[in-house]
Amino acid sequence: MRDDQVAAAEDAAIDGIDFDGLRLSPAGAEYHLLIGDGEPRSVANDELGAALSAHADYVTNWYYWHAVAPQKADRWAFLRWVEHAGDLDVERRYAAMGDGKFARNWGQLRITVTIDADGERRYGLGHVDDADEPETALDSYDDPLDARTLTKYDDDGHFRPLKTAPTLQTGWQFTDLSGADLVTAVDFFYPATVTNWHRERGTKRSDAPAGRAGAERHASQEGELDVSHWRETMARQTGIYGLIETWDRGEGHEHVEWVAEACCDDSQCLKRREWQYDEETELDAPGGEGEFPCREPCSLVVAAARKWTKLESEESRTYEFDLTPSEKEQIEAIIDAVADGTADEIRDADVYDGANRYRARFLRAKLFDEDGNLSGVETGE
Amino acid sequence: MQALVIAAHGSHLNAGSSQPTFDHADTIRAVGAFDEVRESFWKEEPSFREVLRTVDADEVYVVPLFISEGYFTEQVIPRELRLDGWDPEDWDSDGTSATHTTLTASDTDQTVHYCGPVGTHDSMSDVIVQRAESVTGDTDVGDGFGLAVVGHGTERNENSAKAIEYHADRIRESGRFDEVQALFMDEDPEVDDVTDFFESDDIVVVPLFVADGFHTQEDIPEDMGLTDDYRTGWETPAEVDGHRIWYSGAVGTEPLMADVVLERAADAGADVDAAIDEVRSTTGGSPASGD
Repeated sequence: MRDDQVAAAEDAAIDGIDFDGLRLSPAGAEYHLLIGDGEPRSVANDELGAALSAHADYVTNWYYWHAVAPQKADRWAFLRWVEHAGDLDVERRYAAMGDGKFARNWGQLRITVTIDADGERRYGLGHVDDADEPETALDSYDDPLDARTLTKYDDDGHFRPLKTAPTLQTGWQFTDLSGADLVTAVDFFYPATVTNWHRERGTKRSDAPAGRAGAERHASQEGELDVSHWRETMARQTGIYGLIETWDRGEGHEHVEWVAEACCDDSQCLKRREWQYDEETELDAPGGEGEFPCREPCSLVVAAARKWTKLESEESRTYEFDLTPSEKEQIEAIIDAVADGTADEIRDADVYDGANRYRARFLRAKLFDEDGNLSGVETGE
Repeated sequence: MQALVIAAHGSHLNAGSSQPTFDHADTIRAVGAFDEVRESFWKEEPSFREVLRTVDADEVYVVPLFISEGYFTEQVIPRELRLDGWDPEDWDSDGTSATHTTLTASDTDQTVHYCGPVGTHDSMSDVIVQRAESVTGDTDVGDGFGLAVVGHGTERNENSAKAIEYHADRIRESGRFDEVQALFMDEDPEVDDVTDFFESDDIVVVPLFVADGFHTQEDIPEDMGLTDDYRTGWETPAEVDGHRIWYSGAVGTEPLMADVVLERAADAGADVDAAIDEVRSTTGGSPASGD
């Protein structure tokens, strides 16, 4: 613990301190001091510095959260969550951070935190799947801006248009970030998830920082996630997306169930879907188990919904195809493989899998005519 | 505290679309003009809808990285940012003259200085000229050269063409190039016939697009006859109908674009004059003229 940290606590003591088990209140020529679950005691003004020095962890903890950690309420609360500040007292947190034992998962991110003798936290950030990799096997980064590049492509080099898709690339690590830089990096990997998570959770007001401009504004937004459901989101759309609204025809909301099942399942996106068909009508499709919420249909859902609105305006008609039972099942297997993203995993010679490439090529050779029509049946206008 | 938010289109399909936005944001970060700089996208994240809540500042300058005034700057961005009381009339623009207006975001109570798009700012003319210098490798390029400023153009929005013509007119009046012509993809005069519009042997073609993508890397090179198939690439310069075409790719990738973003914020009241000088010197622009 540094002298300036003690001095800062002494200065703040004039207005009283009640934070994480450090309780200090002025009473005439002395202070009332209470540490954790201990006994209250009186300390003379000129002995306050010495008394505080005997409780270094409590002092450096107070100092970190008031003079070092970012003070924007959501960033502050997120860093508090990282070290389980809502559940564990200072001594247990310091012991765990000293051992480097704290790890939190945020989507596919794994966040670790360590602490030095001055209570200064340093954060590590990596992929959950790399948790057991030796550090030397991973590429190291120290600039949070690099997160923007890491989040752009998956392990196969494919562009990731959806940041919260469960396809974050592996093989990298940030080993020594400040609290502010950690939050910046997390916000590049999963934009706005910290602030929306914070708005959603109804934490105790005492867990919010005070004493700075704007703190009240941020604190007032806590516990108030502004969910925009399907109907209001689509009603808001204009331009080429204006037509999506016409997909809601007052004949139920099954189509939105299909959209949510297709796009918002945990296998596709790690946000937890909180938006429903409308305020009164919940969807049955699973919203997911993610740590951070999804507050409205995203731009990918909107773009796909535009396509589906057009496709679903078609009337169904009856086609006649002759298929063997195995061929019917094979078509189902192919749709499953594409929908589950497993087509690439089927081994070349695994002709027992209906979605195997040779099996699919055989089916095409047998059933398609030269124009690509299944069983020679024309699609028609 | 003051923050800068750069609002760009982005893409679901093209990984490179967001890169110029990131690059210009980093240039501005490096000079420390703002406490925070954040990129935001219509098609990527953070969305316009959520970006304001990710910045701490009570005062935010929003600069659209778009070429012209129109659907995105007048409808989509203000709506998604939840700018209370927004009315396009507040810009009092003739189609290219929007500067800024100040509003409150109902979502966050932040004061938002909503700026006109980068594409219509006067300093964009400098970026176009610098793009011509970059592609020819000649800092004095102009004498004996024609310059084509190419825009998307669309019959649906007359401002789209106005922005292109505005800069073509300004550069023509400067007298630097022998000839200057505004050309378009989707309306007349069309970029397909580029050589018909110039007498100069050498023609620099600068597309006024924010990012390279389908239009600038596939359509325009093929339409002009630089190549039969964009996948095989093209020469710079390329011979077409007896002219040498120096095709630059999207103007938005020019580093000096960061200066235009700052100029927009400065016009809206941001205290960034020193940053503008620094960015101009690091990105190869000439010193600010003091206007």
